[in-house]
Amino acid sequence: MDNYIEIWRYRELFYFLTWRDIKIRYKQTILGVLWAVIQPVFTMVVFTVFFGRLGQLPSDGLPYPIFYLSALLPWIYFSTALPLSANSLVSNTNLLTKVYFPRIILPASAIIGGLFDFLLGTALLAGLLGYYGIRPTLAVILWPLCVVMLIVFTLGVGMILAALNVKYRDVKYAVPFAIQLWLFVTPVIYPISMIPERFRIWMMLNPMSGLIEAFRSVLLPSRPADWLLISVSIAASLLIFALGFLYFTKTEKAFADVV
Amino acid sequence: MHPIAVEQLSKRYRIGKLNQETMLRDRLINLVRRPFRLGQDKYETLWALKDVSFHIGQGEVVGVIGRNGAGKSTLLKVLAKITSPTSGSVKVHGRVASLLEVGTGFHEELTGRENVFLNGSILGMTRREVQSKFDAIVSFSGVEKFIDTPIKRYSSGMRLRLGFAVAAHLDPDILIVDEVLAVGDAGFQKKCLDSMEDLQRGGRTVLFVSHNMAAVENLCSRCIWIENGKISMDGNPNQVIRAYMATFSGSQPGISEFSEVERRQGNGEIRYVDFEILSSDLGPIQVLRSGDPVTLRFHYCAEKRVSHPSFGFRLFTELGTLVTETSTWHHGLEIPIIKPGTGSIDLKIDSLNLLPGRYPLSLWITGESRVIYDGLEYCRRLDVESSNIYHSSRVIDGRYGIVFFPQRWNLRGLSPHESPVSCTNRGRNS
Repeated sequence: MDNYIEIWRYRELFYFLTWRDIKIRYKQTILGVLWAVIQPVFTMVVFTVFFGRLGQLPSDGLPYPIFYLSALLPWIYFSTALPLSANSLVSNTNLLTKVYFPRIILPASAIIGGLFDFLLGTALLAGLLGYYGIRPTLAVILWPLCVVMLIVFTLGVGMILAALNVKYRDVKYAVPFAIQLWLFVTPVIYPISMIPERFRIWMMLNPMSGLIEAFRSVLLPSRPADWLLISVSIAASLLIFALGFLYFTKTEKAFADVV
Repeated sequence: MHPIAVEQLSKRYRIGKLNQETMLRDRLINLVRRPFRLGQDKYETLWALKDVSFHIGQGEVVGVIGRNGAGKSTLLKVLAKITSPTSGSVKVHGRVASLLEVGTGFHEELTGRENVFLNGSILGMTRREVQSKFDAIVSFSGVEKFIDTPIKRYSSGMRLRLGFAVAAHLDPDILIVDEVLAVGDAGFQKKCLDSMEDLQRGGRTVLFVSHNMAAVENLCSRCIWIENGKISMDGNPNQVIRAYMATFSGSQPGISEFSEVERRQGNGEIRYVDFEILSSDLGPIQVLRSGDPVTLRFHYCAEKRVSHPSFGFRLFTELGTLVTETSTWHHGLEIPIIKPGTGSIDLKIDSLNLLPGRYPLSLWITGESRVIYDGLEYCRRLDVESSNIYHSSRVIDGRYGIVFFPQRWNLRGLSPHESPVSCTNRGRNS
């Protein structure tokens, strides 16, 4: 219990570290915050041209830009926030060894800092929906819940990797590589409906597939949601978060000695 | 209730084995090889602290001294909760600010203003607190003009000032400080010491680790000396510091071997091998007395060709205050190159103007761009005996200070006659 009270007491530090991460992200760049939208937009264009037009992959009847951007935003958030979070303890060694604060603030602030870009991208997506005349149904009220679950899952994995990284620097090399492969086993480029029924069960092993699917389903109308997949993913995310938190708090005492 | 209560505190570090297993691969290999022995690996261990107990009362200012590696920093880290004890307990009551470094968490890309807020929150201040003290912090630091410039453009001195300015405006019940005063110019150090004194007057509890014995003696009401992870002495600063300094160079000048000195700095391309104190005619000296002419001879051995070395030494009081520092560099002497081999260099002192006492000294050989070739801290001691320095047959010893000047009183201005005069205006006799 003391643990939670303490995290609350240090909320201002959490705020400042998050603020620092956002603030320094685009310092000394010409395009500045534009980079937050350049990445998803260009990826969307490339996916639309190559996978959509040339590859003729199905998109559940949606315009390709909408189909891709709606999944790319959570995916890009996940794939940029996770490495930041995994490296957060190691890259702040000077803080770990010089001051006390609940260590969890570091991986958490790295993950929350990424939300800024995500929200900018979402504004862009909203504009694109308007352009295509697509009006989300009432299901859109579930969108914030999807964001929360995305954070929960990313932070869960982030805490485990950050704690492991303190001891085993292999994590630093494994994470970017794993994320590259992860994209292909997650329904970002293709719709989940493309996967034959008998293989779907395997998709459940990857919580990101349910989360990405949920993001598409709540925003885009006339798209049947795979509720089983989504609920399994949510349960898995919560489980991973709990495990991550336990592992992190169990090992955090030794961080300053090992890092 | 004591603000700080430490009971039988021990802290063990694993050394050696740690490096080998930081790859997951090794861990996995070991897991396969000896699946049932996991977690039983033999580590070489080091007890940084062993059975340390003490209590610190409200308003006490405690200096912690000891050699490098004695366990001082570990003690501070445990008290600051950065690392956890292996056994024993540490109880700290009140708001703690630990200052193990100046400017912790400063970010190069952020401006001075932004870093003040960031650093403040890292040290435990709330945003509102920083806001209300912001002007005072900036004016203390003296970097007003650059407060909206990214600190990557700051000089190291400016960074330090800004960092200390934030720290000086912390308002903790308990302050834990590590050696932060060892840096910066003299004026700034004084400012820092003053602000520590303010804390002391405000009834705060301060724990202060330092190599600056003079600062410890001036600021602290109590001093703890740590040696090999244990408390060696605890009590009045003056007494503890004397006892501590006495352990350096316990031997008489010219006896112990430099090669046995443990705490030696520098890259060793050139080293001191011996140091002699000679009389003015370069003969051996039995007793060193105030005012004697003496020659100090520094013997070196160079392993490689060494360019532009500067030979020098620092002389301290027994309480660690620097009396003087001198070197070939201070005298503007250029030594372009020293060839491999041995040799010596002499410093001739016409009159050793030290009052009787024991004066530890440190020897240095430095090079260009801050290269340190050799550094021997407190490796020798000058034991100065009293002599008839003023030709007065009075005993002039350490009670009267550290140094004396070549001097003469002149009594010719005394009035030979009695005359009626009023001394109230204190005017000079015209």
